[in-house]
Amino acid sequence: MTSAAHESIYTAALSDDDVVRVLGPDGSLDARNDPGLSPEEVVHLYRHMVLTRLVDDRLVTLQRQGRIGFHIGSLGEEAAIIGSAYALRKQDWLFPCYREFGAALLRGMQLERYIDNMFGNANDPVKGRQMPDHYTCKAAQFGSVSSPIGTQITQAVGFAWAAKIQKRDLVALTYFGEGATSSNEFHNGLNFAGVFKAPTVFLCRNNGWAISVPTERQTASRTFAEKGVAYGVPGVRVDGNDLFAVIAVTRDAIRRASAGEGPTLIEAITYRMGGHSTSDDPTRYRDKSLLDPWADRDPLARIKRYLDKQGWFTEAEEQKLRTEIDARLRDVVEAAEKTPAPSLESMFDDVYASLPWHLREQRAEVLAGPRAPSAHH
Amino acid sequence: MTQMNMVQAINDALRIAMRKDERVVVMGEDVGKVGGVFRVTSGLYDEFGDARVVDTPLSEGGIIGAAVGMALYGMIPVPEIQFSDFIWPAYDQIVSEVAKYRYRSGGEYTSKMVIRTPVGGGIRGGHYHSQHPEAQFIHVAGLKVVCPSNPYDAKGMLLASIADPDPVLFFEPKRVYRAAKGDVPEGEYTVPLESAAVVREGRHVTVIAYGAMLYEALDAAQKAAEQGIEAEVVDLRTLWPVDIETIIASVKRTGRLIIVHEAPKTCGFGSELVSLVCEKAFYHLEAPPVRVTGYDTPFPYTLEMEYLPLSHRILPAILDTARAV
Repeated sequence: MTSAAHESIYTAALSDDDVVRVLGPDGSLDARNDPGLSPEEVVHLYRHMVLTRLVDDRLVTLQRQGRIGFHIGSLGEEAAIIGSAYALRKQDWLFPCYREFGAALLRGMQLERYIDNMFGNANDPVKGRQMPDHYTCKAAQFGSVSSPIGTQITQAVGFAWAAKIQKRDLVALTYFGEGATSSNEFHNGLNFAGVFKAPTVFLCRNNGWAISVPTERQTASRTFAEKGVAYGVPGVRVDGNDLFAVIAVTRDAIRRASAGEGPTLIEAITYRMGGHSTSDDPTRYRDKSLLDPWADRDPLARIKRYLDKQGWFTEAEEQKLRTEIDARLRDVVEAAEKTPAPSLESMFDDVYASLPWHLREQRAEVLAGPRAPSAHH
Repeated sequence: MTQMNMVQAINDALRIAMRKDERVVVMGEDVGKVGGVFRVTSGLYDEFGDARVVDTPLSEGGIIGAAVGMALYGMIPVPEIQFSDFIWPAYDQIVSEVAKYRYRSGGEYTSKMVIRTPVGGGIRGGHYHSQHPEAQFIHVAGLKVVCPSNPYDAKGMLLASIADPDPVLFFEPKRVYRAAKGDVPEGEYTVPLESAAVVREGRHVTVIAYGAMLYEALDAAQKAAEQGIEAEVVDLRTLWPVDIETIIASVKRTGRLIIVHEAPKTCGFGSELVSLVCEKAFYHLEAPPVRVTGYDTPFPYTLEMEYLPLSHRILPAILDTARAV
């Protein structure tokens, strides 16, 4: 499959009639699906999308400078991530893939802790035990990031199912990319959720690429949303770069789940504007020209056009926001970089609730032994 | 005290745990109405209903993945994998998720559950109903792995596992599910995890076994005694973290070690036990440690009794090791 063929299939998908879209190119809203956000809400979400993008940008720079080891970002996918997270109610939970730090921050994770995770330092919520962007935030009702593809999908189903057994009104939303629809866990998750009517929202970020592999190598289906049909799970396609549309369809899915009508599979059509991660070089498999049409659909630019039209966010406010974020990031990064590594002893904590004899022995061995010559810390 | 077999004892433990704590949920293939293919969950569906004794779709990965989510929510899932030979579709969830949750989340989340699964051969089950895959799970940091051999331990260790803060893989030796009978106290009691039992004392050689092979080791020890060799038999009960003190104390008494397990020899749990004994009691050894195990072949059907480390293979190992100079 050539890149050009990929793009034609992909743009065709976006123009399909069954893709829910609210925000028109001229900045108008389609009343049929308008989620009815207040000016304050739109500005709040726009500010958060700008924060997410600037954090992404800074982390890529830090990685290029060799100051952090890795980053996996959400460039171009901010509306799909932040819109869906915003649609959640207070009691709902998120089960992330690895590209949704914007959702974690929106739900209340402190920026400081997220940046600590990037440095794997002593204040990292996961105590330096996972690579950057693999964090957790229970206080934000945000699960735990792991790298194996799709494992969070069945976990979200089990979580929602447990809440249903205990008669609590709670919905679990899980994120995954379109590549994960090829995983065992996607099929297990949809099947279990369908059978048990577990109040789950499956949010597939169809961003066109699983590292270097394009959508047409993941499936011969016309859409990812239709994969729900086999499991009795309704599927809906949404313009993932349209904040309003994403909020509307996610709210609807949450309402259905909460009302006992069962799970929903949402295919949010978006585009991964960056590499898979900082370890990836997309120029090896993706022609740069493919990005052009998506630059026009940039989710931030679209909201900005809307805000401009409404007169809700001035250019001066935009500049102030960016300056503030920039300064805050500088401070947070500086503090995280200065924070020491986790203690050597902590390597052995949390394997079990308490330390068994063999880990006590190994801990003593490490503490008594020589230090690694070129430790990351 | 009541006479019970292992099936009844495990069933009793599940019922007690479910009555005591409504967070305990049993789930798996055929565990509901029919009460499990070995009837271990018999009657639970009638008492606790469809929401807590759940017949699931036929997917081990789905069962364990959903159980992780339930555990994160605060339930105590007790999923059953119908035969341990079928556990591999769930291996990613068990290894990457269940075993890692506490560590990888810095202690914020735990994925506490008890995964019950029948193990072992000698039941004419062929390759896919006979294996004993403990080593693959012991090697994974973060799991506790147990394998009781009798009804008393099975009930007490299952209740201890359900109460334990860590995820436990609970291997049930199906060859002795009904053959192993014994007195079992009524009501709740626990047998602590991480504690082995010296089930026969002897001064000439230590024989370590667990699960169904314990009875083969005891049979061989009895026959060795008739020839004047006193074997000490240790039932490990918990495989990991193993009760190293009991093992080392026994080896220091006898100076000789035999390990019996059904699983293949190479990289089997016996390899680790020999290493541990060499590290901690090398100068007490008077003979090379010996492993009497399954062979490094897939588990055979017709010749399974030749494959298994039964008494007829353990006895010569005891005699040779005891007499080695």
